[in-house]
This record gives sequence, C-alpha cells and structure tokens, in this order.
Amino acid sequence: MNVVPMQFSKANHSVSVRDLTLSFGSLTVLGNLNLDIHDGEFLVLLGSSGCGKSTLLNCIAGLLEPTEGQIFIKDKNVTWEEPKDRGIGMVFQSYALYPQMTVEGNLSFGLKVAGMAKEEIAKRVARAAEILQIEPLLQRKPAALSGGQRQRVAIGRALVRDVDVFLFDEPLSNLDAKLRSELRVEIKRLHQQLKNTMIYVTHDQIEALTLADRIAIMKSGVIQQLADPVTIYNRPNNLFVAGFIGSPSMNFLRGELVEEGGRTVFTTNGVSFGLDGYEASEPLTAGRKVVLGLRPEHIKVDGDLSGEEAHEAVVDIEEPMGADNLIWLKLAGHTISVRVGGARRYAIGAQVRLGFDMTMASLFDAGTEERI
Amino acid sequence: MADVSTLNTTVVATDAARTRLSAGPRGKKPKKALSRRNIMLYGILGLAALYYLLPLYVMVVTSLKGMPEIRLGNIFSPPVEITFEPWVKAWAQACTGLNCDGLSRGFWNSVQIMVPSVIVSIFVASVSGYSLANWRFKGSELFFSILIIGAFIPYQVMIYPIVIILREMGVYGTLTGLIIVHTIFGMPILTLLFRNYFASLPEELFKAARIDGAGFWQIYGRIMLPMSLPIFVVAMILQVTGIWNDFLFGVVFTRPDTYPMTVQLNNIVNSVQGVKEYNVNMAATLLTGAVPLIVYFVSGRLFVRGIAAGAVKG
Repeated sequence: MNVVPMQFSKANHSVSVRDLTLSFGSLTVLGNLNLDIHDGEFLVLLGSSGCGKSTLLNCIAGLLEPTEGQIFIKDKNVTWEEPKDRGIGMVFQSYALYPQMTVEGNLSFGLKVAGMAKEEIAKRVARAAEILQIEPLLQRKPAALSGGQRQRVAIGRALVRDVDVFLFDEPLSNLDAKLRSELRVEIKRLHQQLKNTMIYVTHDQIEALTLADRIAIMKSGVIQQLADPVTIYNRPNNLFVAGFIGSPSMNFLRGELVEEGGRTVFTTNGVSFGLDGYEASEPLTAGRKVVLGLRPEHIKVDGDLSGEEAHEAVVDIEEPMGADNLIWLKLAGHTISVRVGGARRYAIGAQVRLGFDMTMASLFDAGTEERI
Repeated sequence: MADVSTLNTTVVATDAARTRLSAGPRGKKPKKALSRRNIMLYGILGLAALYYLLPLYVMVVTSLKGMPEIRLGNIFSPPVEITFEPWVKAWAQACTGLNCDGLSRGFWNSVQIMVPSVIVSIFVASVSGYSLANWRFKGSELFFSILIIGAFIPYQVMIYPIVIILREMGVYGTLTGLIIVHTIFGMPILTLLFRNYFASLPEELFKAARIDGAGFWQIYGRIMLPMSLPIFVVAMILQVTGIWNDFLFGVVFTRPDTYPMTVQLNNIVNSVQGVKEYNVNMAATLLTGAVPLIVYFVSGRLFVRGIAAGAVKG
C-alpha cells in the first residue's frame, strides 16, 4: 500500500508503521505490517488475545524492538529511539502506578526524571488533575484509590507529558462493567478535548465501536480490516471480521448460489433466498459455494414485512434482554437469531415469517472467506 | 381469587419458617476443644518446642551459676545464687591463645566483617537480580543457570583456589578479601531471590517507568527498591545470620587478630589450659548467638511491616 514514503509526510500522518515484522525466534508475531494513522485520529486495534495487537502497541511505544521494518511518529523515524524520546504517553491495563508514590508523585515522576523546572511540573500536574478531576486525590497513594480513580491517574501520567500520541493498552479491562462504560465516555470526551492521536488496544468490540474513528481488526498478526466502525459493522471484509464484530453475532448460513428464474439466488438446504438489493463487488456466478451473513437486527419478523420474500420459521428459544428481545428460530435446518423489540414476545414453537434485508447482508466465499 | 390464596400461603410459609428455626442445629457448628485432632496437634507442637528449648534452658541456667554449683551436677536445676560473673568473663577476660581480652575483640571483628559484607553482597545480588529480571540481555539465561549451578558446588572445593586468587590480588587475610568471598558465595541464592521477586512485580510498572524516561539506575533506585523492602529484609536476615555464623571462611581468610566471633568462641571453648569453665563457655556461646537472635526478633517485625507497606497491587 505504501510505496512512496514521502507521500506520508504530506498526508499528515501521526504514526506510520511500515513493513513491521517481529519474531521471537521462529515465532512470528507480526508479519510485514503496515499501518498509517492520521493526525488526531482515534484508532482502535481490536482482536482476541494473542493476535498481536498489544505487541504492535509495544513496538510503537519502543518497549519491544522490531525485527524488521520502521516506525514513524510525526514523520520522524523513531525505530531506534528510546520510549521517552518518541513523544508518546502510555496507559496500561493494570494502571502500573508506582505504589510508593502519591498521585502527584506518579504524575510528576517522568517530568522530574527529564529534569524539568519545578514550576512547570506543578503547572502541568495541576492542568492534568483539572482535566481528569483528580485534584482531591493528589496527595493519596494509589492503594487508597478505586480502580476508576487509578486509571484516571494513569491517564494523567500520559497527559502531563504533553505528547502527540497516546497509547492505551486495554485500559478498561480491569474495571467493572459500570465503571468501564463511564470511563469510556470520559476517554472519548478527552479525545475530543485534546485532539491528540490515540491508539487504543482492546478486545472489547463495544469499546472499539463506540470510541474509534477507525478500527483495525487483527488476527494472528495481520490486520484483517481497517475501516470506520460503520463500515466494519455493516460491510465486513471477511468471515472473521463478520463473526468477531457484533453481539449477538451475525447469523451465518452456508449454501450456494444457483440460477433460478433468470436471477442468481442463495440456496441452503433446499430453501432459496433472493439476493435483490445486495451490492456484490464481483459478479455472482451460479454454483459458487458461499456463506450468507445476516445480523439479527436485519431480519424482519411478521408485522415488519412489507411484501418482500418471506420464509417460514419456528421459534426455538426466546431471550428477553429488556430493551429488545432475541429470538432463536429454526429455519431450513439452521438456527438463526433475530432481534425484535422488547415488547414483542413469542411462544416457543410458534410459526413466524421472516424477511431478510439483503441490502444489509454480507456474502462471503466459502473457500477464501472473503467478502463477495 | 387465585392471587389472594397464593399470597396467604406465602405468609403462612414464612411464619412456619420463623417458628421452625428454633428446633435442630442452627448457626455455627460447635467444635470440641479436646478433640483427638487438637490433642495430636498441640501435643506434637509442645514436644517439638520442649526439644528445642531444653538445651537453651540448660545453657542459660548454667551460665548464671558459679563453678561450685555446676560441679554438683544438677544441670536442670535453676541457679541457687545468680551470678553474672561468667558473662563478664566471657565478654572481657576469657583467654584465646595469646590474648586474654575475651569475646569482645571477636565481636567487633565480626561486626566489621558482617556490615560491609551484608551491604555489598545484597547490593550486588539485587542489581544482578534486577537486571536478570527486567533487562534481559543476550546470554542472561545462561548466566543465570551458571550462577545457580554455582550454588551446588561444595564450598570446600573452592577454598584453595580462592586463597590463591586473593593472594594474587593482594587482599588475602584482609577484611576486603573476606568481604569479596562473602559477596561471591552469597550471589547464587540472593540473585535467585531477587530475580524471582523482581520478576513477580508487574512488568507494566517497568514499562511505565521506561516511558517516563527513567534509566537503569533510576528504575532500580526509585521504582524497584522502594517496592522491595520485604525481600531486602529477607536477604538481610539470610546474610546477617549466614555471615555471622560463618566459621569456615572466617578461619581460612582472616588472621588471628581479625578472627570473627565464631572462631574465637571455638578457641575459648576448646582451650585446654586449666579447668573447663562451663559457665563461661555457655555465656560465650549465648553471646555469640545473640546477634542472629536479635536480628530475627527485630527484623521479623520489620518483615511483616514491609509486606503490609508494600501492598503492591498497583
């Protein structure tokens, strides 16, 4: 993708990773990875554990030495630079606060090490404390703070460094669900306020979808798709991305494309589904083995149908979740989930009619698992 | 109608439960104080304590008796006439070979040997452990393995070569030489101790400090050290007792006027001129053993406090 390096400086990239490879002996964690992050962008690296997302972040931070490749921050080649000289601040999952120092000591440690003047340190600490609303906690030790407060201090430690790039390594994973959603909003607000570049590693897709300008979904050291959350959610590149994003996850129906009445339809276990409205990136040829993916909310039930093709299904299980109601249905030998409004309840074994919204569907090649 | 009836039955049910609670076992299960398990447990503990405390008792009692009383032969009986004469003699007058100024000389020699040896060996081992745990370098694992293997080689094998090495270095028989020996022989176990402790500290703390721009010594001194009080206390206990109790290196690597307390104690107890003064010998032994004992008592409390203070979960 990136052939002419000079173009990147013009394109205002905050962080560029070029042909990055990292191996431990024979084990290759990252292979020839390329990634460009715009100035002020909030980029989320998303993937399950062991996919190399944290490794990539550590490489950008300078805590791991790449085997091959280059890293640019603010158009400066920092591949051989020490972490402190890269203009980055990092927030860790376990907060990593120095337990023997007060909050103030934690915030000012890096500045003291750098030999900054006392007044400047005090000014910066005060500013960070104000932004994060931790002023009353400044004289406390980390042990006397709650998880949310600790993570705020950890963010503050990156903040006082006045850096261009913030790196977050699963910062919310140690917090309970309620705090997590609160701090998520705070991080988003912080980004809007500071407009720094932020790279955020997480395995939580909700965090990724809510925070990111762009999401990079990774699997075994390779970026599967790099796009904005809406695209990732609605037009996943491949089967992995489609299955990874979305909860409850996308319904997958294995079948094949057949010619029927002059048009190509999808058929599985003898039931055919018209593909009208689906935007294919290549001609749909009959005989091809494919996987049809449909999100639970893109399937219409009974009353929602407006004259489109309908299929009979039987209600198997119902999972009321308050705001909405997830029903599991048997259709053509497959179990599929459908999301309906919380007020709509269905008896087990009831017959319903389903309509598929093919404009929102995804079709993947069964062999390559790539989107068609 | 149906609703009302179910409501009634629930009320009845809770009432019944409330009254039913008085019958049968409830709450904590009572435990017998004199169960077979307790008798076994405390019996064995008591016996073990007795086994270790009896010799100590005999020593203390004997050291407080005069020689005539000792000659009566009742070693378990408490002293009729308590005298501190043997203690004074052991400290200040007992004869070892040429000089007759008691254990005091050996005590100060031992202090002079122990203090620098403990400080140097703990410093060297903690820095090695820190670099092995956090700054993995090429061959660090090999280096560590060799170090650990070193712990299994009997000391006696190495004494003669070390004597020669120290002689060539020109420090044989000096305090410096002995400090070097104690530092080297303390390395394997202490480095293992420190390496494992530092490795158990969250790695992210180390990473955070690097992002903050701290270097090797700054991370050691300002991040790792303050978090490691407990392990330093453990290392100190090990080294103080080990070096204080050391006899072999003391007798091999020092000269008579710089003999540590243990060597001098041996010389007092084994001196064959005149009568065997059991009370003086007992007092001298207790004096020599007092230092490690005091260290245990004092630092044991520090140790607990260290753990409490280092509630690390950052």
